[in-house]
Parts: sequence; C-alpha cells; structure tokens
Amino acid sequence: MEIRSKEFKERAVFAIHDASLQQALGKAGYGFVGKRALQVAELPEFEQLREEAKNLKDHILDHLDHYLERYEQAVVAAGGRVHWARDAEEARRIILDICQRVNAKTVTKGKSMVSEEIDLNEALIEHGMEVVETDLGEYIIQLAHEPPSHIIAPAVHKTKDQVSDLFEKAHGGPRKTEVPELVDEARRVLRDKYFRADVGITGGNFLVAETGSSVIVTNEGNGDLTQTLARVHIVTSGIERVVPTLDDATLFLRLLARSATGQETETYTTISTGPRRADDVDGPEEYHVVLVDNGRSKMLAGRFRDMLRCIRCGACMNHCPVYGAVGGHAYGWVYPGPMGSVLTPLIKGLDVAYDLPNACTLNGRCQSVCPVKIPLPELLRELRHLQHQQQLSPALQRRGLKAWRYFATRPKLYHAAEQVAVRVLSALARNGRIRRLPLAGAWTDARDLPAPAGRTFLELWQGKRGQP
Amino acid sequence: MTETTRRGPRVGLFATCLMNAFRPNIGFSAVKLLEDAGCTVEVPASQTCCGQPGYNSGDYDAARALARQVIETFERYDYVVGPSGSCMATIRHDYPVMFEDDPDWIGRARAMSAKSFELLSFLADVLGVTTTDARFEGTVTYHDSCSGLRGLGIKGQPRTLLAGVSGLEVKEMKDSEVCCGFGGTFCVKYPEISEKMVDDKVKNILATGADTLLGGDLGCLMNIAGRLKRIHAPVRVYHTAEVLAGFADGPGLADGPREYE
Repeated sequence: MEIRSKEFKERAVFAIHDASLQQALGKAGYGFVGKRALQVAELPEFEQLREEAKNLKDHILDHLDHYLERYEQAVVAAGGRVHWARDAEEARRIILDICQRVNAKTVTKGKSMVSEEIDLNEALIEHGMEVVETDLGEYIIQLAHEPPSHIIAPAVHKTKDQVSDLFEKAHGGPRKTEVPELVDEARRVLRDKYFRADVGITGGNFLVAETGSSVIVTNEGNGDLTQTLARVHIVTSGIERVVPTLDDATLFLRLLARSATGQETETYTTISTGPRRADDVDGPEEYHVVLVDNGRSKMLAGRFRDMLRCIRCGACMNHCPVYGAVGGHAYGWVYPGPMGSVLTPLIKGLDVAYDLPNACTLNGRCQSVCPVKIPLPELLRELRHLQHQQQLSPALQRRGLKAWRYFATRPKLYHAAEQVAVRVLSALARNGRIRRLPLAGAWTDARDLPAPAGRTFLELWQGKRGQP
Repeated sequence: MTETTRRGPRVGLFATCLMNAFRPNIGFSAVKLLEDAGCTVEVPASQTCCGQPGYNSGDYDAARALARQVIETFERYDYVVGPSGSCMATIRHDYPVMFEDDPDWIGRARAMSAKSFELLSFLADVLGVTTTDARFEGTVTYHDSCSGLRGLGIKGQPRTLLAGVSGLEVKEMKDSEVCCGFGGTFCVKYPEISEKMVDDKVKNILATGADTLLGGDLGCLMNIAGRLKRIHAPVRVYHTAEVLAGFADGPGLADGPREYE
C-alpha cells in the first residue's frame, strides 16, 4: 500500500471524530487489555519468561546468519526451497514467479503482515490472479478495500453493523446481524476457495532452524486450510523470525497468545515442514519460504537492533493511548502503534514518517507489556534524535530548542525571563486561570491554563530564607 | 556521630520548571515534608531545567549541556530531590545514558543518578516515612503519572502516605495508569489527540465521584486541571505533596480564591 504517514495529523483528527471507529476501538481495546492482564496474573513466571525471551532473541540476533543458514539447510532437507529477498520488490517478484510458473488462478492467504509490507496482493491481482484472504478480519477488510488497522486484529476498526453491510453486498444477502451467522457465512464462502486454491500463502510466526519448519498460530484454522489444501504453499517471513529449536518456539508461543489476545494459547498452532511426503494423506506439492530482509539487516547493524526482537503480538498498540485514540489507519502504513512508529520510519524513511515517532507521550506503557522487552520509547526518542540531526523537524521547533538552550544554560537570564512570564500570565488570569492566550491555542483551545501565583518559587524562597 | 547524620541528610531541592513558574506551593510543601523528616534542605539559585525537553525532542547536545549544569549545581548534596517523577526520571535514568560514551562525565552522571529521587519515593523508600500528620477533608482520586510510575516505580508510596491523612478518602479511578495526554510538548504538537486522551482521563475521574484529583507531576496536573476547568467540572486539583504537607488549604490548581465558597 502507498504510504500515507505524512498525513498522520489529518488522519488522526478524522479518526477522533469518526464515531463508528471510536465505538469499535473502545470495545476492542478493553477486551485485549483486560484479558491479557488476567492471563499474566495467572502465570507467576510470566516476567521470567519475558526475560528469557528477550535474552534468547538477543542471542539469535547475535548469530542470525548462523541460524538462517541452518534453517535453509533444514528446509532443503525436508524437500522445500528457501528464497532470499533483499527488498519488497524482489519478494514480490519471487512470489509472482512461483505463482505464474504453477499457473495459479486462485491464491488463498493466511494472515501475513510481511505480505502487506511487500504489497503482495496488488501484484498478484495485477497479474490476473484471484487473491482471497482467509483470516476473517483480513477477509473483511479485503471486501472493504482497506488496509489492516491492527497487526493481529486487522478489522478491529470495523463495527458489527459495518461487517453486516459488507457481507450483504459481497455475498448477496439476506443480511446477517449476529456474529455466529456472519462467521458461518464467511466460512461457507471461504471453504469453496480453499479447495480451488492453487497457491496458499501464509506468514510464519516462527521459523525453526532445527527442523526447517514454519509455525503459524491462528484462531480460525484458516492457516491450516490455506497451507494444506493448495498445490503450493509459500511462507513469507522476515529474516528475524528464526528460532533455534522447536523447544525455543514454545517459549515464544507461551508469551505470544497471552500478550496478543489474552488467550493461554491460540486455538490452532500449526507446524509445517516441507511439501507432502509419499505417505502423507495431504499437503502441498511444493513448499517455498521467502525470507524478506527489506531493511532488517540494516537494523541489525545499528542502534535499532532491539526492534528485531518483535514477535508481532500487538500488545504495544493495545496498550498505547495514542493508538487507542486514533486507531491504526492514522499511522498510514502497514504497522501501526508503537512498533509501527519505530518500523515505518526505518523501512520507509525518517521524513515520510516524520510524525510517527513524535506522536507519542513516551508514557512507556508499551514497553511495560512487550513480551520481549523492546525499549520502544527509547527507540522512538532515538528516531527523533536522527530526525533532529537531519534537520527534518520543523524549523520552528529547532529555533525553539535553540532559544530554550540559550536561556536555560544562563540561569540569571532564565530566571529573569521566568519572572516576567509569570507576572504577565498572572495579570492575564481571571479566577485562577487563563481561558485564551495568543499563540498558545494548541493548549487553550481545549483547556484552561492554570495561572501562576505572581512570583516564582525561587523568588519566594529567596525572600523567605535568603540563602544562595 | 558525623555532622551529616546529626543534621540529617543534606538535600538539594530540584525546583522543577513548571513548579517554579506555576505552583510554588508545591516547592514549599516539599521543603516542609523533607524538613519534617529530618533533612536539611537547600535550594540552589543557579538551577534551571533538567534538560528533558531537549532530550525528548532529539536535541541530545542541548540535553547534555543542561545535564552537566544540573550535575555541577547539585553534586555537592547527599541527595537531590524533586517533586516530579518526570524530571527526576530524566536525572535517574537518562543522565547515565546520555553520557555513556563520555569518560569525563559518565562517573559524575551515574553518581548524580544514584542520589536523585522523586519526593515521595525519597520520603517513603529512603527515609522510611510512613505517615505525615496532615489533614484534608475530601474524597480524592489519584492519577499515576507515567514517568513516576514506570520509570521510578511510584505506585504504593503516595497511596500509603495518603492513607495516613485524616479526613481523606481515596477512590481509585479506572485506568489510573493510563497517560493523561500531556507528554510535554506532545500536548501542543498533537492537540487533538491530547484532548481526546485528557477527555478519557477526565471521564474516569468524574466517574469516581471524587471531589479532588491528586498526582505527582505538575505537567499532567496542569493538563487535567485545565480540561476539568474548561468543562466546568467541580473537581479540585492538587499535587500530592501539597496535601501531605497540609498546604492544600488554598485554591487548587487553576482555581480562583473563591472557587468553592
């Protein structure tokens, strides 16, 4: 999808005034947060698991080349193929080539954020293929021609009524209004697609170096049908998703569902290893893995390496008050919320995604729930630092910082200025507050400004105690 | 007995920018609480800002310049204490990071970090204060400011101390740990988002029925009080230290002298 992060402010304002969106966000946010809290409370070793997961991820990233090579060998040994894609374009090309070679007409897809990242659907459709998203949320937004607004709940911004409308239009009615009916209808429509599919594309929550397996978790079982029933199974995944052993994958699985949806475990955890073997009753004829770099190895080498620990659970956005206020579409690209505010500028550019690292109060709630302890606020601040260095921040802000530094490093001048300011503000105040202040509309449009007390603390203190 | 222990620890009060300009009463409350706990308090006149506005805006050079100034001004004290989780988290957490690669300053930054505390955590965790003999008539609800909560682990200390205030009842609000939308310059860079966040906060405050909001960071309190007053909500706002010191007898933040007569 075309990146629209430059319009963050405008999109955020619109989102705040979109009543349906606000209704959907309110419901979903509390659901995930509350359920996660219950799960965490029931698992005394949760904090210990976070620490272990962080350490293991750091170890993997320290030896990423080793584990990726081991993984490729194991995939090949199981009869599959690994393709390395430097960027989005190369990834699209590889997948398109496979699909065209097997003469694919229908492609089913399990949920894959990497496929969103590389704009896969558009490329396949452009070449005449029917692409069907099989995750219910992805299916809904595909019908709505919208990008996902959340990495694990792509249609979280949609209300039930909106889904009813979309289904009626797409499936020809009669209009269903209850959730079970809607799910049944989607299941019926999708069932037919699974059997017709030539290629099934899934993501990979974890890639296991030991066995060459890809692991996906879903709540609908759609991933299983996507990868088992098609003639060809293609896994798309970022290079950072490899783990050494199956045992290691279980550590992350214990954290993933709890952090993501507040479940002990997702309904389906599916491990697939290579294509169908001679004595298998089902499975694909071909098994491909497309490992996507797209900026990741650059991250590995620099100060944003911690971001590569991300297991895409979405806990950061569920707990982010900014995401909770504006939803995922405001962020303007594939990855929203705190993790997206780090990834988007790194993958797409510090300038086009200027607002994302800045539209954050650095409140730290995301970091406190991250299952792999990514210091998201620090990374966001680090991005601001790069933007400042590259003079991408607004000129007014840079001038303001210069002036602030000039005054704040000259205490006498600083205090004199403060003394003038508090006197002026106190004179403008009525009943303890200021309702309108020229040039301070950003504050006073929504709030009163509490009035100062006429003298600064330092003045009053020196008057009372007279010490240096 | 050394002179220091006889006179209690020598504390440099970090007079935060917002407190200094907008609410001196919090500074005097802090001094009272520290002196009652046996400290000798000094307020160095050459102090300005901790540097956080620069740091969070990505201007690390400016932040370091301010940090060096703070270190030079305050390193002679046994402790540095300020009535703000946000400013003190900058000194405690960020200073050692800022000077990671600066051999001349890293030792001094770490030493400064180790002896810098937010007021209530200093009283409770370092000095072992469990109660002040304050009185406050009212039902209060307490907002956990983010930097204090997540940066410095301030959660139980204010509640424990407030529990000892006679006449005061605490009613917890929903989502007391969720950001109020202040975020320093965030609130003026993204005013609409900030407004939505502070509105959510205000709804949760009003739902408790409390007549008073307390918190430990003036920035958050100014944001919330400003919104409360804009919608004419009859809720008084004080810094927790004002209540604990018994200095919450005057108008609340953004209130006039005759607000509740």
